[in-house]
Amino acid sequence: MRACDAHFAGGGSAMKTSVIHFHRGGPLLALVGNPNCGKTALFNLLTGSRQKVANYAGVTVERKEGKLTTPAGKALRVLDLPGTYSLVPRSPDERVTHDVLYGRAAGEKRPDMVVCVVDATNLRRSLRLVLSVKRLGLPCVVAVNMQDLGRARGLHVDVDALALELGVPVVGTVGVKGGGDADLLALLDDASLWRRTPLSTDTKAALQLGDNSQPPQSPPPQAASTDGDHDTVRGILKRLNLDDLVPHLMSDRIDQVVLHPVLGPAILTVVLFLIFQAVFSWSVAPMDAIKALSAWAGMAVGGLLTDGWLKSLLVDGVIAGAGGVVVFLPQIIILFFFILVLEESGYLPRAAFLLDRLMGGVGLSGRSFIPLLSSFACAIPGIMATRSIANPRDRLVTIMVAPLMTCSARLPVYALLIGAFIPRRSVGWLELQGLVLFALYAAGIAGALAVAWVLKRLTAKGQTRTLMMELPNYHLPNVRNVAIGLWQRVSIFMKRVGGVILVLTIALWFLASFPAAPEGATRPAIEYSLAGTIGKALAVVFEPIGFNWQISIALVPGLAAREVAVSSLGTVYALSSTGADTAQALSPLIAQNWSLATALSLLAWYVFAPQCLSTLATVKRETGGWTMPLAMAGYLFALAYAASFITYRVALAFGAG
Amino acid sequence: MFNGRLDFANLDPLVTPATQPTTPHTLADAAIGQACTVSHITAPLGAPEWAAQLQDIGFLPGEHVAIMARGLPGGDPLVVRVGLSTFALRRVEAACVRVTPILLAAAVP
Repeated sequence: MRACDAHFAGGGSAMKTSVIHFHRGGPLLALVGNPNCGKTALFNLLTGSRQKVANYAGVTVERKEGKLTTPAGKALRVLDLPGTYSLVPRSPDERVTHDVLYGRAAGEKRPDMVVCVVDATNLRRSLRLVLSVKRLGLPCVVAVNMQDLGRARGLHVDVDALALELGVPVVGTVGVKGGGDADLLALLDDASLWRRTPLSTDTKAALQLGDNSQPPQSPPPQAASTDGDHDTVRGILKRLNLDDLVPHLMSDRIDQVVLHPVLGPAILTVVLFLIFQAVFSWSVAPMDAIKALSAWAGMAVGGLLTDGWLKSLLVDGVIAGAGGVVVFLPQIIILFFFILVLEESGYLPRAAFLLDRLMGGVGLSGRSFIPLLSSFACAIPGIMATRSIANPRDRLVTIMVAPLMTCSARLPVYALLIGAFIPRRSVGWLELQGLVLFALYAAGIAGALAVAWVLKRLTAKGQTRTLMMELPNYHLPNVRNVAIGLWQRVSIFMKRVGGVILVLTIALWFLASFPAAPEGATRPAIEYSLAGTIGKALAVVFEPIGFNWQISIALVPGLAAREVAVSSLGTVYALSSTGADTAQALSPLIAQNWSLATALSLLAWYVFAPQCLSTLATVKRETGGWTMPLAMAGYLFALAYAASFITYRVALAFGAG
Repeated sequence: MFNGRLDFANLDPLVTPATQPTTPHTLADAAIGQACTVSHITAPLGAPEWAAQLQDIGFLPGEHVAIMARGLPGGDPLVVRVGLSTFALRRVEAACVRVTPILLAAAVP
């Protein structure tokens, strides 16, 4: 490692430059490749479950690091860099890859070796990137991925001949098959490969310029050699007898249906609709099991302890609170499962294609679709995913409307209210509860389109925006990749339950328990507590939209994380009850206590309300100031209050009071 | 999707399909399934960076390109095959790619 690495890391603004390596020691291996070249599949194969996901310092591009051990026992750290078409960065994502390879990324060591992952079925584009990486002077190995798919299409890549042509070692890998990485691992044990070649003058110049004096937009010198690379690659492919174009016929055939002007949108609607139905109907049994487990834990712990504040804290605070959130894990798993499968299969960009015109009508591009779809799971990864949108205005608008996509943290609230107030019955072959859920999602989408349209009228004058989005070949989703993705999402959710949600639940329990009720009090103790006082003050504001003081209390910790509102309601009602019904589940309790109008109003509130501080913090970081997060919070509050007011009044007029 | 030529015949002032029905000048004007090769890339005045961007993703002189499908309504965006990759491009983006139809090039000695 060069001594000046740390110096380069300081380039740019006042970003934090803390080192963010997860695994101590070991040389750093970076995987580089085009988008959709199977790079992440190879990364999963190499590192298995030994990987961690975080962000690059100062930016919110997802950073995946893992660990592997070679057959000879050498421990290596592996970095999965964002996919890129060239080393000239066009988007924040590609800039990270560029910066890491040039040793300029904040808090990041320059890699000791680069593995260029190339797609056997698309060598022309992959090899151009290999040639630019080679010029960086880092030790470099080429892994020809997806050879099985290539062979199936009659493409036989002679790795030895390719190695001779490129002047670097080449191995064949199959990123989805166990053992497909054996040759690559064996190669990494060769010590002679790890020596850095002397830098060319061009590259040296580019590296030396990596300080504050260089404006980030200026392309590095090798941009000029693209044309030369193109000819070199054509020559190589010709000599290797690989210059025939063999398209993926199956993908073309599927596309004739999936991208059909009439069938395509119909299929997309059905797919999205089925996902939402599945989220509700598949999750019933596991949710019942978790509910039973949490009730049993409450009973067991309650039986062990004598009455007192400790028992109340554990049973009413921790178990009722955390249990109320964990119960929604099955639904979150199902939603993420579908998103991951659609992503793996190659369908998501097609969906973006189909929606491009619709999004264009409100001043967004099809590219905004994937960030917005991720926002259905959580707005934070969604807002991070906007980094692949090159147009700054489009990116900002996408960020502003991302919180209107119904995130999975809202699911617990929706599920609770729908379960308590909407009867379980069939409408035709559909379930009424699933239908209401679909309507809530639709309301969020409609809100987002409306807001984007307004922003377009205000800001989109004379803008040109690009689509230029790859539609990768279809793949059968790989079980390991889906499982690893699912595991990462689940552990993030469970960490939230164990961390911020648990802390807030306990804090709320304190507020709701102290000060204790005076002697001879007739009403539940919580009404005399701090939380009761705060809730009653807030209820003045929320009374016109039908919220009682219990709901008003729950909205406050809900600011930190939406789903906390559910655990808070659990705690508030557990403490409000006067003995016998303590063990009762929350759902029947609120069904007794609230009117249908209140429930509908709260649902409407949750469609729009800005209730998650971490989202606002992400927006602040992404946009570099407080203007956007404050504007976002302001407009979302106004929308939420208006929507709830209308819903409540209309519901009252229809006699739902 | 399979008959998109009618919708946008008059949008590109550089080409008059009535007089030159088989010689598209840009990829945006090619018929679905018509094989072409890239001759060069131009960029609109407002977005000079498009040229390099299109080259990055594979629109390089000599590459084979074809329109695979057109979106509705209005035949925008397009599904474009370049080499072995498939990309979704807007019409204005595809109009930056100057092409030569392959059949025509073969017919002329």
